Amino acid sequence: MNSIAIFIMVSAMGSVTTATIYFFYKVLTAPPKPEPDSYSDNDETPKE
Amino acid sequence: MTVKTESWGSRVGLILAMAGNAVGLGNFLRFPVQAVQNGGGAFIIPYLVCFLIMGIPLLFIEWSSGRYGGKFGNHSTPYILDSMAKGRIWKYIGVFGIFTNIAVAAYYTYIESWTMSYVFHSLIGTFEGMTQMEVANFFSTYVDVGISTTGIPYEAVIFYILCLAINIYILSRGLEGIEKVAKIGMPLLILFGVILAVRGLTLGASGQSEAFPDANAWEGLNFLWTPQFDSLANPKVWLAAAGQIFFTLSVGMGTIHCYAAYVRSKDDIALNAVSAGFMNEFVEVVLGSSIVIPIAAGYLGLDWVLENAGFGMAFQTMPFLFQQWGPTLAALAGLFWFGLLFFAGITSSLAMGTPWMGFMKDEFNWGKIKGAVTFGLLTLLMGLPCVFFFQEGVFDEYDYWAGTVSLVIFALLETIVFSWVFGINKGWKEINEGSDITIPSIYKFIIKYVTPLMLLLVFLGSLITPLDNDWIASFNSFTTGNGWLLDNSSIIKQLTQAGLKEQISLATDAASISVLENRIFYSNMARVQLIALFLVIVLIIYVSYRKRRREGRATL
Repeated sequence: MNSIAIFIMVSAMGSVTTATIYFFYKVLTAPPKPEPDSYSDNDETPKE
Repeated sequence: MTVKTESWGSRVGLILAMAGNAVGLGNFLRFPVQAVQNGGGAFIIPYLVCFLIMGIPLLFIEWSSGRYGGKFGNHSTPYILDSMAKGRIWKYIGVFGIFTNIAVAAYYTYIESWTMSYVFHSLIGTFEGMTQMEVANFFSTYVDVGISTTGIPYEAVIFYILCLAINIYILSRGLEGIEKVAKIGMPLLILFGVILAVRGLTLGASGQSEAFPDANAWEGLNFLWTPQFDSLANPKVWLAAAGQIFFTLSVGMGTIHCYAAYVRSKDDIALNAVSAGFMNEFVEVVLGSSIVIPIAAGYLGLDWVLENAGFGMAFQTMPFLFQQWGPTLAALAGLFWFGLLFFAGITSSLAMGTPWMGFMKDEFNWGKIKGAVTFGLLTLLMGLPCVFFFQEGVFDEYDYWAGTVSLVIFALLETIVFSWVFGINKGWKEINEGSDITIPSIYKFIIKYVTPLMLLLVFLGSLITPLDNDWIASFNSFTTGNGWLLDNSSIIKQLTQAGLKEQISLATDAASISVLENRIFYSNMARVQLIALFLVIVLIIYVSYRKRRREGRATL
């Protein structure tokens, strides 16, 4: 592979991977909203 | 406000389901081919620009429209749009959000059934010792329903019905079932993809043979990623990039609205949308570009790839290439490759079932089982002609009108409704409500002006595609008074079946003419079916509207 192809490939893959990890990490670490929220797994009593 | 009887289990489950909805076969098969055909490494620049100015805004629009409609108990596009704007017409624009899903599911689940069948054939060693031509012919035999590759009569039909039955079963479990599949399917898809991508990136020249002495995986990667910066000035490349972003994110279908309709107002949608969108981009840019092209170039050489790059490589070439790794690794590679395509397919086809189920539940109080079964029956009814007349072009006709043109039309209309009828100020407030990230305010401008303009250009680009996709030559021809020559792939020429008619006029033997005339017949038959489906959904929406009026629930 020539160096410009490697540069473009690494930059594109690197930036997309970094952004994916960054945003998913933000999702995982975002403080939960007070109940009732949209998600049933964290409910004290299961929804219907 | 309606009490929500169904909900997502967790936020991660919702994001994986949304990402699964977006990730499809095109991530692995369409993206690398588009990149190869549009300037290699330079394609990524317009591609990422279009992702930021068209893809992300469309995700914001669809997530927020869905959540907004959900506040009023609406879980599919007809009444989601109805709740956003005054006037009877809007709910009929929403027809696309149900129609497209059923029509696309009809042929998409057929491809999904091929992946199931190919997992089976990979594991039992069907492809062992086959030449490349034999593997390619195996596919043609498989889709010819009259011939069986396993001894099971009507094998393709049986796999199709089995695949549809799996979809119906999971859909009948509601969001819980969909979320469970996404939580298993998406990590497995990424795992399988990473294993194959590592192989693609490290194959190098080890696959050279007497027949292909110059084969080299890095040559494939080189071609894919070496920029041709002059192509950036070509409108064709930008339209291709916009089209790829559009199709890869599964926007313009109504599925995102439906999933988001189960999110409460105070919960975030902006970060969810961006996170699911980037997950799709990771699968496409990182994994999608590292499997098919480098592995094929590694064994068959770059010249072969340039001549044959296309959708068919997944089924007609990859099983042969895996055979070069020995029987055990070939079986495993077949499992990983077709397994990942299966998960990519099923997480999308499940999403296609939800708008119909959501609509029938909202309007006629249908339960999950009834909704899932009727979706399956409608899909089967539309899909069987695809299966039986695949080689006569019914499949392609569905893919073009339902899987391509309808999406662009609906996305354009919904963007106009969101930005200009609902109003960008209300829309912006809706996007930001409960948001866990700060969205740059430039996006308000982009959503109002840039995204609709981009979509309009994509639509016009498809409507009047110039001859040989050469925009510059056609523009010059037009300005010098020689008219605008349309390509046979343009919507206008497709409508008149100009391509087939041209082939008939050029054909010299009676057999070829008969085959082409048959294709016109089946193409018309497919169009009649699509129009009938569209009208049936319009009628159902009209009936639901009358019911709402009787119950005093109609908005106008």
